[in-house]
Amino acid sequence: MKLRSLLVCCALMFTGAAMAKEAAPMAADVEVEKRMVAISEELRCLVCQNESLAGSHAELAQDLRREIRKMIGEGKTDKEILDFMVARYGDFVRYRPPMKPTTWLLWGGPFLLMAGGIAALIAFLRRRAKEAAAPELSEEEHRRAAALLDQSNS
Amino acid sequence: MKRFLIPLAAFFVLVIFLAIGLTRDPHDVPSPLKDKPAPAFTLPQLAAADKNFSPADMVGKVWLLNVWSSWCVSCRAEHPVLVAFANQSKLPLVGLSYKEVRGDSDIDAGKLSADDELRLTRRRASAWLAERGNPYTTVALDVDGRVGIDYGVYGVPETYVIDKTGMIRMKHTGPITSESLKKQILPLVAELSK
Repeated sequence: MKLRSLLVCCALMFTGAAMAKEAAPMAADVEVEKRMVAISEELRCLVCQNESLAGSHAELAQDLRREIRKMIGEGKTDKEILDFMVARYGDFVRYRPPMKPTTWLLWGGPFLLMAGGIAALIAFLRRRAKEAAAPELSEEEHRRAAALLDQSNS
Repeated sequence: MKRFLIPLAAFFVLVIFLAIGLTRDPHDVPSPLKDKPAPAFTLPQLAAADKNFSPADMVGKVWLLNVWSSWCVSCRAEHPVLVAFANQSKLPLVGLSYKEVRGDSDIDAGKLSADDELRLTRRRASAWLAERGNPYTTVALDVDGRVGIDYGVYGVPETYVIDKTGMIRMKHTGPITSESLKKQILPLVAELSK
């Protein structure tokens, strides 16, 4: 199935004809369709994992879009529909997973990395500032430098 | 020296993380159904046309629910493992025939009536099992894949281990191999059967 779905994904990526065929029938109610698209854009297609449910042509995505339409028809709220999906496929289906202990690192990770980067930058700049303000030459060194300069001038 | 060591260390940390990432299968999404009651359903059986199957029939037993279909390539690879397993184990193995007809991209199922689709499902599923052996104690027919949605099926084959009280204890995505059977599924079954 994995290989098959991958092939289907790839095949569909390159076939405009298949897209045209699929889009036609369901547009009965524009409002329902609009809400369905809005909800399914928030959801990941589990077959082609980098596609949203709205954009995927995988069969499961079609089934789930039909399911969402049905639930909209039954008067379910957006939250109820999202909960329905999460109950079956886990937080992974949501492109914006909820904040909870298991996702703290996911949400906070980029900020942690940024904090680390800023700390490293500050440390680097401080060290460079110190090096730039290098100690002046001692008297002994002055004399040697002057002697060397004299040598090369003569 | 230090200015080389720090980037080198950072590089190795990155390599280690990426290497771990490579060993993980992105298709193996943890199921939220683990330790939740197996969703109820009532579906027609393959063998007896007038009988239904429902998970409630299995209460009191540890059992496996295996989602399959004849168009699924990985199921073909998995099937001999299941047949061999069924030959030497008494564990009930229930098959869920998932979108046997409409899941097959070679068939335009939109043109079929519900009755015709059910009939074709029976014919195709029976033929497949007759040809390759039937490891299942019962096969339930999920013609439209609606039950599959309730079980969070996103790529057949998938297998669920369900305990005596009807709780899902494990979900195995992808084909069962004799190794995964031995190392993951059977130890869990043994523990649940106590």
